[in-house]
Amino acid sequence: MTDTILLETAERLFSDTITPQVLAAAERGDYPHAAWNALAEAGLHLGLLPEEAGGFGVAPADALALLRIAGRHALPLPLAETMLAGWLLAGAGIAVPEGALTITAAPGLTLTRDGGSWHLAGTAPGVAWGRDAAAVAVLTTFEGQPYVALLSGGYTIAERLNIAREPRNTLTIDAVPDAVAPSAVTALQLRAAGAATRALMIAGALERITEMTTQYALDRTQFGRPIGRFQAVQHSLATLAAQTAAALAAGDIAAEAVADGVQIPAIAAAKARASEAAGIGAGLAHQIHGAIGFTYEHSLHYFTKRLHAWRDEYGGEAEWNERLGRHLAAAGADALWPTLTAI
Amino acid sequence: MSALSFPPPPVSEAAEALRAEVRAFLATELADFPAEKRAESWSGYDAGFSRKLGARGWIGMTFPTGYGGHGRTALERYVVIEELLAAGAPVVGHWIADRQSGPSILRFGSEAQKRFFIPRIVAGECFFCIGMSEPNSGSDLASVRTRATKVDGGWRINGTKLWTSQAHLSHFMILFCRTSGTPEDRQSGTSQLLVDMKATQGITIRPVNALTGEHHFNEIVFQDAFVPDDALLGEEGQGWHQVTSELAYERSGPERFLSSFILLVETLRVLGTNPSERAAIAIGRLGAHLVTLRRLSRSVAGMLQAGQNPATQAALVKDLGALLEQEIPDIARSLVAVDPPTPEIERFAQVLAYTTLHAPSFSLRGGTREILRGIIARGLGLR
Repeated sequence: MTDTILLETAERLFSDTITPQVLAAAERGDYPHAAWNALAEAGLHLGLLPEEAGGFGVAPADALALLRIAGRHALPLPLAETMLAGWLLAGAGIAVPEGALTITAAPGLTLTRDGGSWHLAGTAPGVAWGRDAAAVAVLTTFEGQPYVALLSGGYTIAERLNIAREPRNTLTIDAVPDAVAPSAVTALQLRAAGAATRALMIAGALERITEMTTQYALDRTQFGRPIGRFQAVQHSLATLAAQTAAALAAGDIAAEAVADGVQIPAIAAAKARASEAAGIGAGLAHQIHGAIGFTYEHSLHYFTKRLHAWRDEYGGEAEWNERLGRHLAAAGADALWPTLTAI
Repeated sequence: MSALSFPPPPVSEAAEALRAEVRAFLATELADFPAEKRAESWSGYDAGFSRKLGARGWIGMTFPTGYGGHGRTALERYVVIEELLAAGAPVVGHWIADRQSGPSILRFGSEAQKRFFIPRIVAGECFFCIGMSEPNSGSDLASVRTRATKVDGGWRINGTKLWTSQAHLSHFMILFCRTSGTPEDRQSGTSQLLVDMKATQGITIRPVNALTGEHHFNEIVFQDAFVPDDALLGEEGQGWHQVTSELAYERSGPERFLSSFILLVETLRVLGTNPSERAAIAIGRLGAHLVTLRRLSRSVAGMLQAGQNPATQAALVKDLGALLEQEIPDIARSLVAVDPPTPEIERFAQVLAYTTLHAPSFSLRGGTREILRGIIARGLGLR
């Protein structure tokens, strides 16, 4: 599948399956099984897998671009987490189970071994879609080395939602994993890969609210003309577009950085910039929509609430800006430019 | 949305090989060039340096070899100019000729004009200025009043141009003027003329000093200045179309987000390799903005290379870039105190002062913030 066909397939599939009714139901706790089944039938969740593990040979950066399309539709499904879990498991040589998956690298987990038997115990907070995932890929350590454990049970789930009412559950684990294997991925790399998914999803959501807000400004008439004719509104929309352009670039940088072996400085720059754009963009979209955009009935909130959630998930601006800043500072003032161009 | 379409920048191994070459050249050439001079960025002038770049083949890089150009890609040129800017090299002499006058002559000029100008530009020996703004025609360029009247064998020019950067150092100007009709006719009836700034009689150049006292700008008065027929660039009456086709070149390059870069370098020098958490966050944020802007700007370079006219994307780059350039002095002063002025921060303080004083111009020159946002709004379909 080429990238254009893949992205067009996703755009069409999400347009058909993720309606405002589905988004509202998801906020009430009704997981959209039909939409997941359609997604899974198209194989969209397999994009990061090598062909021998069930993937379809698309370039990883192109597969990750699916998450921008997911963001465009406020997709209330664990597509990012399923992709990451598959990547993590396949990378460790563990067979990837069917269905929706999620990940955690919570530090409060302990992997032990007693003879031939593995055991995983502890608490993992903020597990995205933990409530709905068929299995969890856990990145932990054993004797100081990164290990992946696959769990399809042996944990309890405490309900918790992010501000977009997406499940971010606390898992209390006391389990014999289905499989355990050493991993080449570190906890920092998994967090960065997670951050990259959110940069892409932010880019897509910003792109969508820029389209919605432009259309609203053309449609809504006050003082005898569309509000988009007023220069003040035009300039706010131009600022929204500029932030969206920056986030789209950040999303592309993030996707390429994951494909290129999870390059931390590039992902740090991408997530920090996209997160900054998310807050500014959400605010401008609401301002231009006026009171109607503040209602539950209007769909704008499905996107702006996710922008606020996603800009913090897997680390917000402070975390990633500091990491990038330390990287730049450590190289020294005279190496600043070469360090930036190497990102 | 098409206005927000920024395709991935083309990958060029040749460009990356060139980067090492440019860095080595600059490390030698600018070894003793102090930070306070580097801070002048692309306002710094050194005719000898421009000639050396010409000799290296780094001016007119994308111009066709048949006219003495180097036939290289837009991305190769991009690497050279961003390396020059990041080093704070004194490039203003040839900057306009390389960026837009040369490409305009190649696109609209006669064979004879191409044969005359392009080799001289490429050698770094023919500098251009842009005669667009006038005392009563700034952002509203279509209200141009300077008039060239057809006379036997050429054109007689009368009028005044203002804010013309480096006119006193330039060999030629591409003059935007009216050749028919009245200012009320707006865009129609305008043309571009190639004016010899050294040999033409009837031109008076007066400095208009900037708020620092420096001489960058000029007022240029044309009083019955005569230029020959072959000074006309492109077609009579097509001036507006020709001038607006330059703007994507003018607005999307790395000079639109690197004008304050030397201050960032000097800030980092004072902060050291292990800064406070607050400073690390601030430096990282500026780095994140630079990395994303660089991607957007290189994407536009790729679109220009492919023959597109990404006017909206160029305006987006310049709007975001000017915001960043203007933020850098504010952030620098929040991270490094300049009072008391200890010897350790003296150089930083000088660079901060220079950049602070020049920052207002970053969102004025080459299209004000307000004009750019209008262009973006048009690109979104709002006007």
